[in-house]
Amino acid sequence: MTSEELLQIAENVHAEHAKFDYEVNVCMGTGCMSQHSDKLKAALTKEAVTSGKRCHVRQTGCMGLCAAGPLVLVDPAHSEQELLYGFVRESDAIEVMSSLDAAPVERLLTHLEHYFEGQEHIVLENSGHIDPEKIDEYIARDGYQALVMALTEMDPQSVIDQISKSGLRGRGGGGYPTGLKWGTVAKSVGALKYVICNGDEGDPGAFMDRSVLESDPQRVIEGMTIAAYAVGASKGYAYVRAEYPLAVSRLTASLREARRRGLLGNNICGTAFSFDIEIRLGAGAFVCGEETALIASIEGQRGQPRPRPPYPAMSGLWGLPTLINNVETFANIAPIIRKGADWYAGIGTDKSKGTKVFALTGKITNTGLIEIPMGMPLRQIVFDIGGGVPDGRKFKAVQTGGPSGGCIPEEHLDLPVSYEALINVGSMMGSGGMIVMDDTSCMVNVARFFMEFCMTESCGKCIPCRAGTAQMFGILSKICDGKASHADLDLLIDLCDVVKNTSLCGLGMTAPNPVLSTLRYFKHEYLEHIDHQHCRAGVCACGTKDAALLAAEEVTA
Amino acid sequence: MSVATDVKTLVIDGINVSARADQTILEVARENNIDIPTLCHLDGLSDVGACRLCLVEVKGSAKLNPSCVLKVEEGMEVTTSSDRLKHYRQTILELLFAERNHVCSVCVANGHCELQSLGQSQGLTHVRMPYRNPQLEVDASHERFVVDHNRCILCTRCVRVCGEVEGAHVWDVMGRGIDSMVITDLCDPWGESSCTRCGKCVQVCPTGALSDKSKVGSSHPKYPEFLTNLQVMREASREGL
Repeated sequence: MTSEELLQIAENVHAEHAKFDYEVNVCMGTGCMSQHSDKLKAALTKEAVTSGKRCHVRQTGCMGLCAAGPLVLVDPAHSEQELLYGFVRESDAIEVMSSLDAAPVERLLTHLEHYFEGQEHIVLENSGHIDPEKIDEYIARDGYQALVMALTEMDPQSVIDQISKSGLRGRGGGGYPTGLKWGTVAKSVGALKYVICNGDEGDPGAFMDRSVLESDPQRVIEGMTIAAYAVGASKGYAYVRAEYPLAVSRLTASLREARRRGLLGNNICGTAFSFDIEIRLGAGAFVCGEETALIASIEGQRGQPRPRPPYPAMSGLWGLPTLINNVETFANIAPIIRKGADWYAGIGTDKSKGTKVFALTGKITNTGLIEIPMGMPLRQIVFDIGGGVPDGRKFKAVQTGGPSGGCIPEEHLDLPVSYEALINVGSMMGSGGMIVMDDTSCMVNVARFFMEFCMTESCGKCIPCRAGTAQMFGILSKICDGKASHADLDLLIDLCDVVKNTSLCGLGMTAPNPVLSTLRYFKHEYLEHIDHQHCRAGVCACGTKDAALLAAEEVTA
Repeated sequence: MSVATDVKTLVIDGINVSARADQTILEVARENNIDIPTLCHLDGLSDVGACRLCLVEVKGSAKLNPSCVLKVEEGMEVTTSSDRLKHYRQTILELLFAERNHVCSVCVANGHCELQSLGQSQGLTHVRMPYRNPQLEVDASHERFVVDHNRCILCTRCVRVCGEVEGAHVWDVMGRGIDSMVITDLCDPWGESSCTRCGKCVQVCPTGALSDKSKVGSSHPKYPEFLTNLQVMREASREGL
């Protein structure tokens, strides 16, 4: 494969598309599929044939606004005016099809001026625009240009230099500089080196990696291949959790397509470079997202972390140097190589470059997938893009970073999103889950939920995490039940310190974060449960005292 | 100069010490009579860094490091005991005592238990958290040995000795988190498992979880140091060949 051949493929695809007057894209991500978008697509295809219109009905990946699924994007060839329909049912197919050369179907139109305003799509640039199972459509949108460029025009070191210069940091949550990691693996000595893609996304409320794998799998494959070239690896593993069957099947199909096109396998693009990728399925353990546990899992061992150092960059899979990056990190690679490090470094903040994909969920109007430049204030994300809290309720907190993160209250909403800023307020970037909570959420109960998650997902290897999370969960339950004392609270705070500082891996080290952050901003809620058996959100069944009685007590106290 | 003879100098608890480059902080500390408490570590077995009792402070590192797997480095400054470390070690022991049913007075290992000794040496006077008291089974199906899961602290010494030294890999861990259990084969009764009846697991078990039926009701000391002797003898016989 040469860049001329890529251009030829792209031309063929464009010529094929030019035969149609309309493109009708139907979202076939997991969200819309659960609303039967597959049946909708079948109905639209049938209708396109019956109506005799020159219309191309195509399956695509996630279009972002999962709350309004199933989504249909109508793109007329002779006009710039794209129409996004939401809540489209199978029965609406005829109406949508007949409206193509007439007025739009008003009742299905989505009105989301603010939703796309401010978003910047790099990772998601192809999501919703291409058929994820067709490699040619990816190539037609500049796909694999970066790989050909890297292989034919750049040496491995200059690829690493570009990634370092771009300022890209690990999107799995830790934020480790990607270029530095690549450089370390490149310098490590080993008979064989591996590249692993971490797709074991397990945070509650997070679905970024799933959407990327479902919507644009070729981009991840391209990123991994460029990485392999840069660090000198010849074998790759894509570790995807088995709970993502659609992502796995699309990735499998895409690997096959890439091999068929000579973009994976021996002598890629006619060069001396050979690389292939195998899929490994995660068996449902959250801890396998931790890199050493993930490596143990690929090796066929029990998925448990081991102490670092040695880091995987030196001694990883089967004791050999291993590069392990997250799905979203790999998805950023091709655009950086294609458009240059300076372009990427121009987006975002001083220390956090580029964009970040977030899964916006919880008490928010526009549930879905968004991609924003780093440095955007949380307020803009929640209230402009997210459309604010529905049903006229009051915003209370936004939770980022999953069970390792924390809750950020209203007072910090003007915070620009970056790795450092989120850590400073007691949360973290994490992989990109963002859960919005309103005044119907009890913060003690939220902390209890995440602690229960960590307790059941702890691997059980080290004592602080295994027994500490269980004890903390016990105390939090006691507080929720209104049966705790101040001594319990003191013990909880002490356990947070012990578990955070003595646990073996990131799961235990960050497990206390949801408690610590809610204690920092919502300590009054803890005290209300303890002193007055009162839950202001009415979530915990901790007592019968009502607000009036409470106020009376406050006065007498 | 080969790696094996590469010598480093470092400071542990204010004492200047020298070490081979492949040694761990724990090894060097013990050579110099500096006591670091351990539970999952055992001379002769691989280290897993799981019990977190041997955590030490290293100057310049915000993170605490398990000394059993931490390799020496030139000029390192290590602190093995501080008020903070002492508090962490006590809390970890508390978590262990509260996790299952550790009732010393009726335990076969009473007086010969590493958990009990650590409680004493680390000055643990009481446990602040509620005892979880799970209802766990005792498997006495083996003709010679008993496993009492109520006393197990999941140090995985039995798993390692069975796999690494005996080469049988009868023991392993099942489940996760607080529900983890050591099991024989695929959770078969010990007596019906592929156990070779060597008894190594019983000797390395730090508590009364694994015991010899013939010792029930009497004093049950264990001799885990057999492991290093065994390895010296294996080494010698290999060299003799």
